[in-house]
Amino acid sequence: MTDWTRATAAQMVAALKAGDVTSVELTQAHLDRIAAVDTDVHAFLHIDAEGALATARAVDAARAAGEELPELAGVPIAVKDILVTEGMPTTAGSTILEGWVPQYDATVTRKLREARMPILGKTNMDEFAMGSSTEHSGFGATHNPWDLDRIPGGSGGGSAASLAAFEAPLAIGSDTGGSIRQPASVTATVGVKPTYGGVSRYGAIALASSLDQLGPCARTVEDAALLHEVMGGHDPMDATSLNEPVPSCVAAAREGREADLTGVRIGVIKELSGDGYQPGVEQRFEESLDKLKALGAEIVEVSCPSFEYALAAYYLILPSEASSNLAKFDSVRFGKRVEKGNVERTMSATRAEGFGDEVKRRIILGTYALSAGYYDAYYGSAQKVRTLIQRDFAAAFEQADVLVSPTTPTTPFKLGERIDDPLAMYLNDVATIPANLAGIPGMSLPSGLAPEDGLPTGFQILAPAHEDARMYRIGAALEKALADEWGGPLAAQAPELEVAK
Amino acid sequence: MSSLERSDVARLAALARIDMTDEDLDRLSGQLAAIVDSVAKVAEVAGQDVPATSHPIPMSNVHRADEVRPSLSQEAALSSAPQAEDGRFRVPQILGEEA
Amino acid sequence: MSAMTYDKAMEQFDPVFGIEVHIELNTKTKMFCGCANEFGAEPNTQVCPVCLGLPGSMPVTNEKAVESAIRLGLALGCSIRESSRFARKNYFYPDLAKDYQISQYDEPTCYDGSIDVVLDDGEVFTIGIERAHMEEDAGKNTHVGGTGGIQGASHSLVDYNRGGVPLVEIVTRPITGAGARTAEVARAYVATIRDFVKALDISDGRMEQGSVRADVNLSLRPKAAPGEDQNAVPFGKRSETKNVNSLRAIERAIHHEAARQAELLLAGEPVVQETRHWHEDTGSTTPGRSKEEAEDYRYFPEPDLLPVEPSREWVEELRSTIPEHPAKMRARLMEEWGFSDLDMRDAVNADALDLIAATVAAGAKAQAARKWWMGELARTANDRDVTLQELPVTPAHVAELQGLIDDGKINDKLARQALEGVLAGEGSPTEVVASRGLEVVSDDSALEAAVDEALAAQPDVLAKIQDGKVQAAGAIVGAVMKATRGQADAGRVREIILQRAGVEG
Repeated sequence: MTDWTRATAAQMVAALKAGDVTSVELTQAHLDRIAAVDTDVHAFLHIDAEGALATARAVDAARAAGEELPELAGVPIAVKDILVTEGMPTTAGSTILEGWVPQYDATVTRKLREARMPILGKTNMDEFAMGSSTEHSGFGATHNPWDLDRIPGGSGGGSAASLAAFEAPLAIGSDTGGSIRQPASVTATVGVKPTYGGVSRYGAIALASSLDQLGPCARTVEDAALLHEVMGGHDPMDATSLNEPVPSCVAAAREGREADLTGVRIGVIKELSGDGYQPGVEQRFEESLDKLKALGAEIVEVSCPSFEYALAAYYLILPSEASSNLAKFDSVRFGKRVEKGNVERTMSATRAEGFGDEVKRRIILGTYALSAGYYDAYYGSAQKVRTLIQRDFAAAFEQADVLVSPTTPTTPFKLGERIDDPLAMYLNDVATIPANLAGIPGMSLPSGLAPEDGLPTGFQILAPAHEDARMYRIGAALEKALADEWGGPLAAQAPELEVAK
Repeated sequence: MSSLERSDVARLAALARIDMTDEDLDRLSGQLAAIVDSVAKVAEVAGQDVPATSHPIPMSNVHRADEVRPSLSQEAALSSAPQAEDGRFRVPQILGEEA
Repeated sequence: MSAMTYDKAMEQFDPVFGIEVHIELNTKTKMFCGCANEFGAEPNTQVCPVCLGLPGSMPVTNEKAVESAIRLGLALGCSIRESSRFARKNYFYPDLAKDYQISQYDEPTCYDGSIDVVLDDGEVFTIGIERAHMEEDAGKNTHVGGTGGIQGASHSLVDYNRGGVPLVEIVTRPITGAGARTAEVARAYVATIRDFVKALDISDGRMEQGSVRADVNLSLRPKAAPGEDQNAVPFGKRSETKNVNSLRAIERAIHHEAARQAELLLAGEPVVQETRHWHEDTGSTTPGRSKEEAEDYRYFPEPDLLPVEPSREWVEELRSTIPEHPAKMRARLMEEWGFSDLDMRDAVNADALDLIAATVAAGAKAQAARKWWMGELARTANDRDVTLQELPVTPAHVAELQGLIDDGKINDKLARQALEGVLAGEGSPTEVVASRGLEVVSDDSALEAAVDEALAAQPDVLAKIQDGKVQAAGAIVGAVMKATRGQADAGRVREIILQRAGVEG
């Protein structure tokens, strides 16, 4: 009997259409897998078995009745808990929102419902997406299925781990500084941050509004493309949403598998290598470059000198916007309340108890960066660095069609290793942050296991704004070349998890 | 730029409405000072001539037509309120400003 | 109470003042979401994820509000910024759903204007406008327990229906040189703004409902010695009196604050730079939030919204819709219509100016238009407890009604009956006259028959008339009018009576 949890979303779509499997069977298989392994992995904060099966049954009935259905109808999905889901608890990984059942759906939630995809549940994340390890979740860390003692990345560690543990074929992520790509890298999965504005942010609990972007998480480039096209598109409820057609990601991914990359210029970003990069990570990166070269691509080196300041700018812009976005958690209209005399003290007591240390650190940092007398030096300067980074990208894209780097400098570290050293933790995102500052799209796909520790490494592809399809074409080409060498997808090499009885 | 002091953290926490115990301040002040020191370098590169970018993709004039859309029911609006009374959100005594 | 008065204060000090006026726009929906912008609904029924500040929700700007703000800016002589932005003003308060207010900070849409205000005696004073910017209103707190005020309340209740309602805040430059007329100028300024927003039809301008709200800054500085330049004397410390929400209160608040500050200064005590609250009942102010915990609003550009960049063409198109300055229009109309000061003031106070103008435009004479709107219709509106605008009568109706009188088709009495019909929804005046059969009877044979009948019924009266007592004909006229239900032309009836009696009138 086929283990459907090992299939790709594309294979599920084909099987559903052919009548080889029902959505109920697919959904149940994943629910069973979750029941079996999630005690150890802890990818999910909330599981909606009943709701997922109800959607699945409706899809099966519709298909039996010969109704025309959306492409991904019946394929189950996991949703990062940052996305608001009407009637389904939403916490953004924070105890300050424990028990909140939203009164509305995010635009992307609505699109998933319209696409008739059974929602398995909500995945774990660092509190309000602040972190690179999910250790900052208010509800306990998620564990990396490749090594349960290691971090699954963050903030979207739950979504990435659910894919790597075969608990879901597809998942939603959000990426403010790498929260889709870095978890993808350390779990040997695929994650895409679309062009800023390519996916509506309406109903995604805001971390840093000018950096946040929702995107697809999957185990293959093609699957990510399928989900990208469901999520993307203009939304009048989000003023920053792009008013242009969704890029043809699926076609690009399929074309990429057959691609000859002759004439494609691939720019290697000089600044994203060397110091701090693990040798095995760099080795697998170089090997991937060789594959691309073998496919006909030209490899060029590009320099982005302002990237040196990207991390600093990011850790001013993000906390500033976050300090304001998180003010609404004041115990008045929703969420936790710790009553303490008057309303001012109640607000302060609630926020003291409801927010974890990382959230407090960033709120205070942001409050400082925006405060009178410091704005110009901190927030104002950081916004200028943003301009410099955009200029670096613009110049680099003159020389190359896409830019590449390792997604993260290292393979996943051990849980607890960096929890008390925020600066060391922040270094995880050094290669992913520039794309958020500039608003351009980025993808991470597996580039192999580091020889020294046998843990996943990731390959990042960046494209100019609006050119998301370009990453899918090149990503799919590389994915195929690597899979041919490995004899199948890397995800299949993940160690077997112990199954709970 | 001088580093962040413990007393600054206390003042900022009050402004951000987060109660902090002495232990909280002990723990967070050192970390915050280190972070501030490491991010302060943004001021070095950004000259007068560099414009600020506050939105990554340049767009403007995205407006909505002045057309009424359905509101939530009162029941839905209050459904997640910690406390409600008479169709309103109930909060403890408000101090500070006189209305 | 102290012996210090406004007049005495003005003898010794030179006042400098400034006013911030908040205008609630009359758009159909709120500033950043599609909830209805209406006064008086059940609490928390005009709210949605956006204006409740629910996690994940995002604002989208109301285009009509932007248009209204630009039109107001143009009316105030402001420049319209080519690219302006929204900013977040961060502070915690229960009625502020997101705990930040979306406003505009260093790049307001309208800036650098000026407006003339006309005082009662015709003197014109020019007020400099620093800026006019868009922002959103807060919700409403109700305090429970104690005396209903915030002090001593056991808890408070919040209604967010008003939260997110679009506002334009107009900020003046510091106003100097008004001297003892400061209170009058301040009042006239706010009245001018109120009249202008009504003329622009961007707000209902109702101060009593909070649609126009004012904060008044005032400081005193010593009077310059003779021959010295008053403008060389530095400003004193100012107080800002919040929520002064009627024209009379503006004058009173300035009177009070000037006297209070003068007394402090003369006693050698400092004036504290602070926010003060206005108390309508006592006509005095008390200190509000101290500046000790100085507000640090941490303004920064609102990342969820994009710059507002109105095209020059659009701005010019909007400029062409700006009505005449209300005070100047009034002066012109007084002249054109031949109204007295009193006529004009009554019409303005009754909010009938536009109706009269429209009635004149529809063909009626100004005095006739005034007579209807300020007479019969004002009484009806008063009886029904509605505004003139809310009556089911249009200026076109009134002009048509007057036209019927002028053409002799109906008389005044019939006109009032016709108006009743219009008010009852029976149609236009012409339709009502036709359906109720109100037209004046002008058919002589019908009148002759009625006269003959009346004369036959009262032979003694006929005899008196024939004896030369012509005034006795009045009794017959009355009888004929009664018989024709008032639809006869009394003059014509009289002529017929005299003819029949063989007496030439």
